[in-house]
Amino acid sequence: MSDLSLSNTVETARPRQFDFDRALNTFGAWTLAILWALPLLYAIWTAFHPAAYEANFELLAPLTLENFTKAWSAAPFAQYFLNTTMLVTIILIAQFVLGTLAAYAFARFEFPGSSILFTLVLLQLLVMPDILIVENYKMIRNLGLIDTIVAIGLPYMASGFGIFLLRQTFKTIPRELDEAARVEGAGPLLVLWKVYVPLAIPTYLAYGLVSVSHHWNNFLWPLIITNSVETRPVTVGLSIFAAVDGGVEWSVINAATLMTSGPLLIAFLLFQRQFVQSFMRAGIK
Amino acid sequence: MTKRMQWIYAWLLLTPAMVMLFAFTHFPAITTIISSFFSTPRGRRPAKFVGLRNYEELMADPTFWKVLVNNLWYAMATIPASIGISLLMAIWVNDKLKGRSLVRMSFFAPTVLPLIAVANIWLFFYTPGFGLIDQIRMGVFGLPENSWLGQQETVLICMMVVTIWKEAGFFMIFYLAALQAIPPSYKEAADIEGASRWTFFWKITWPLLMPTTLFVSINAVINSFRLVDHIFTMTGGGPDNASSLLLFYIYEVAFKYWQTSYAATLTVVMLAILSIIAIGQFFFMDRRVHYR
Amino acid sequence: MKSIFKSLGLAASAAALSLGTAISAHAVDLQFYFPVAVGGTAATTIEELTAEYAAAHPDVNINAVYAGSYQDTVSKALTAARGGNPPQLSVILSVDMFTLIDEDVIIAFDDVANSDEDKKWLNSFYPAFMENSQTGGKTYGIPFQRSTPVLYWNKEAFKAAGLDPEKAPATWEEMVSMGQKLIKKDASGNVTQWGVRIPSSGFPYWLFQGLTTENDAILANADGNKTNFDDPKVVEALQYLVDLSGKHGVMAPGIIEWGATPKAFFEGNTAMMWTSTGNLTNVRNNAPFDFGVAMLPANKRRGAPTGGGNFYIFKDSSDEQKKASVDFVKWITAPKQAAKWSMATGYVAPSPAAWETDEMKAYAADFPPALVAREQLNHAVAELSTYQNQRVTRIFNDALHAAITGKKTPEEALKSAQAEADRILSEYR
Repeated sequence: MSDLSLSNTVETARPRQFDFDRALNTFGAWTLAILWALPLLYAIWTAFHPAAYEANFELLAPLTLENFTKAWSAAPFAQYFLNTTMLVTIILIAQFVLGTLAAYAFARFEFPGSSILFTLVLLQLLVMPDILIVENYKMIRNLGLIDTIVAIGLPYMASGFGIFLLRQTFKTIPRELDEAARVEGAGPLLVLWKVYVPLAIPTYLAYGLVSVSHHWNNFLWPLIITNSVETRPVTVGLSIFAAVDGGVEWSVINAATLMTSGPLLIAFLLFQRQFVQSFMRAGIK
Repeated sequence: MTKRMQWIYAWLLLTPAMVMLFAFTHFPAITTIISSFFSTPRGRRPAKFVGLRNYEELMADPTFWKVLVNNLWYAMATIPASIGISLLMAIWVNDKLKGRSLVRMSFFAPTVLPLIAVANIWLFFYTPGFGLIDQIRMGVFGLPENSWLGQQETVLICMMVVTIWKEAGFFMIFYLAALQAIPPSYKEAADIEGASRWTFFWKITWPLLMPTTLFVSINAVINSFRLVDHIFTMTGGGPDNASSLLLFYIYEVAFKYWQTSYAATLTVVMLAILSIIAIGQFFFMDRRVHYR
Repeated sequence: MKSIFKSLGLAASAAALSLGTAISAHAVDLQFYFPVAVGGTAATTIEELTAEYAAAHPDVNINAVYAGSYQDTVSKALTAARGGNPPQLSVILSVDMFTLIDEDVIIAFDDVANSDEDKKWLNSFYPAFMENSQTGGKTYGIPFQRSTPVLYWNKEAFKAAGLDPEKAPATWEEMVSMGQKLIKKDASGNVTQWGVRIPSSGFPYWLFQGLTTENDAILANADGNKTNFDDPKVVEALQYLVDLSGKHGVMAPGIIEWGATPKAFFEGNTAMMWTSTGNLTNVRNNAPFDFGVAMLPANKRRGAPTGGGNFYIFKDSSDEQKKASVDFVKWITAPKQAAKWSMATGYVAPSPAAWETDEMKAYAADFPPALVAREQLNHAVAELSTYQNQRVTRIFNDALHAAITGKKTPEEALKSAQAEADRILSEYR
């Protein structure tokens, strides 16, 4: 990256046309942002207005909270919410623990078979459990775990992406730190805990956010593997609205959607700067 | 530590993750291939070896071909479009922009919203007559209503739009992090040399973003085969499978028709496609990306 | 150490003892899966009814499990049955009967209920509902959560178009001619109000079966192993459906979304719609105008399919459990309970006797549209159901979609669907 000199084809300095350029960019960015926000804005609109205003956008339409009470009573959302929270927590903890141990081995140990094993790990970036639903279903059935929260999480607990990321991060940590700790008599696990894990916190944060938003919204696998209220996550709970005899009630569905994704949205709103920074510092690029 | 100790340590550290990986990725991938050579057990009839019969059925299955072609179009459209848009988003949001955090929030929001639920909103947007798009088309432009999801010609494009909307904001985060990691001194140097923004982008930024592009494109490839939630809500694969994708078809075959062996055969095809794309991707990008 | 073992042993024997008494206290345990497709009230009604039954029968312990949608319920029941742990009874779609028989997980009611009184009970339901519940001379399902499609019309739109607001179309021709009068256009000549709306997304075969029945065609035989998709009368019915948006221009073109249909009706996007009786309560609560409900219009005859769920009894249970299950089904489908269920949910009460109860009469007097469904049952037929049902109906749905979107002619589409269905069903003949 040392040869920064630009090629000679660059023309002479142009007159400043910043203002026009900037205005165009601002306009473009805002147009796209509004387009991108439309579904969310629509969800907010319908959730707080009576059903009659689902397709009529009158400024003075009456406000109501009825859709939220309706949505809340239409399905056991408290239970679904609890299920999802448990699921996401279990997956995250497992991914962190398994990923940290494996990444440490790949980053700092030399052992026969390491490159083959690492290839097998990378393979999971492509052959995701989401795709292997048929055989994973059989596997879970053989384990007798159908319709449990653990079963939803099991296929995702060892994450190729997580191992890869942590390995990259661990590799950037100077060996001197490692050796210094060892001189003081710390074993490999203690070194991992005292040196590597604290220095990789941005990676954990960034990866954690990706993982949480993925599993919070995952649908297909939980749909297949669960069939009772005690185990189903919110996404599967939300899908029942779409599967009714009657018509789609957008106001109720959207109230339910806002209710269930509210926590994540607010979390992002509050932490978005840290979020982006942790990505940058984690060197995910 | 002795060499042997090192080995043992490494293997011990790896065991938990590798066991889980093997159990839920490699082992099922292999049994998928094996299952594809057997018949589906049904009622009291056990599975028996049928050789290539499932593959013959696959070759003769018009739905499979339709779904496969759909999926290839879907991939070819959503991958470049979502990468391009996410890069644009990242560049904008990285700039000094009025209301930057609001813009960033709106780009990112789709990542947080569950697709299975927001697909209902898109369903409303596309509804003929009184849906949002038609209200604008009819009200502002005086055009007739259009059945966006009800025609084979447009339905898949509608699905692609939802997918791009869903994933672009997520990819933007990766680009944004990469952009912020580019030292400002490069830009200063370029300004001194009088390089235009455009030249700076192509000569400096884009090459520096190559690893991110590789990473994002792997994700986009996977998503183009994995992201099917909105099909459940919006079309159920219709009309006449015009919006059905491979994974959705696999779900139907396995969990609605209970033909698990045929579903395994379809999965094998999907794995094959993914491997081909992966090999191609690594070849194509190999020289430009230095992973270490 | 010794004392610990001793007390452990004591505890164990005490537990065994109490378990023994527990078993003798309520002799029969029943697990009962139910799907709920119409929201909150249905679930509470089921729970009320089972609680009422349990109170009257202390020797039976019913565990009612809400299992999600119909699709979820059948998956859950099949999975449990394969694992050797099926529920004793479940409400599952009537069209899944052949699948359940194929998987060998259910028994016929006649095997358990064979007294004269039982036979009378089995004959007490509307024959239209029993068509989907019997095969090979045996009864496998008891109708419970059943519905049928009807025509809803907007009386104000009818008045505005110069039509009699109290009169719905009675024939196919009338539906077209009235529909043409009901079309409204804006300044640029675009349609803002369509005449009629027959949704075709998701499961188009169901409403289409209204048309085929009216055209005097039957889509599948009673053994569930032969379909008649390419019957000329079916082709004719599909041509009519295609013509509604093509030649006659009274219906929006393309596939019409099922879920958005009530909304289109409320928004005045269509003046008539075909949809399930399950929507009655929704329309009653949300239509901002006067509406009417009528039987589907006739062509060669009146006609409509039935839909919805039946009670099934599962195989791997003790004789006692089977007897208790039948007893419970008898009780819950008895006129008084059936009437309560029907009024709470909008499902059609499955036996004539239920409609004769005082509560039901009062309800019908207050809300006459509820009676339309009952009237129509005299003309109704079994919903399309075969072995490998999901797969065969999917083939049929795809054919309908191909014709509606103009990719194939009705005849081509139905011919190839019939060939496909024949290929699948040949092993069941």
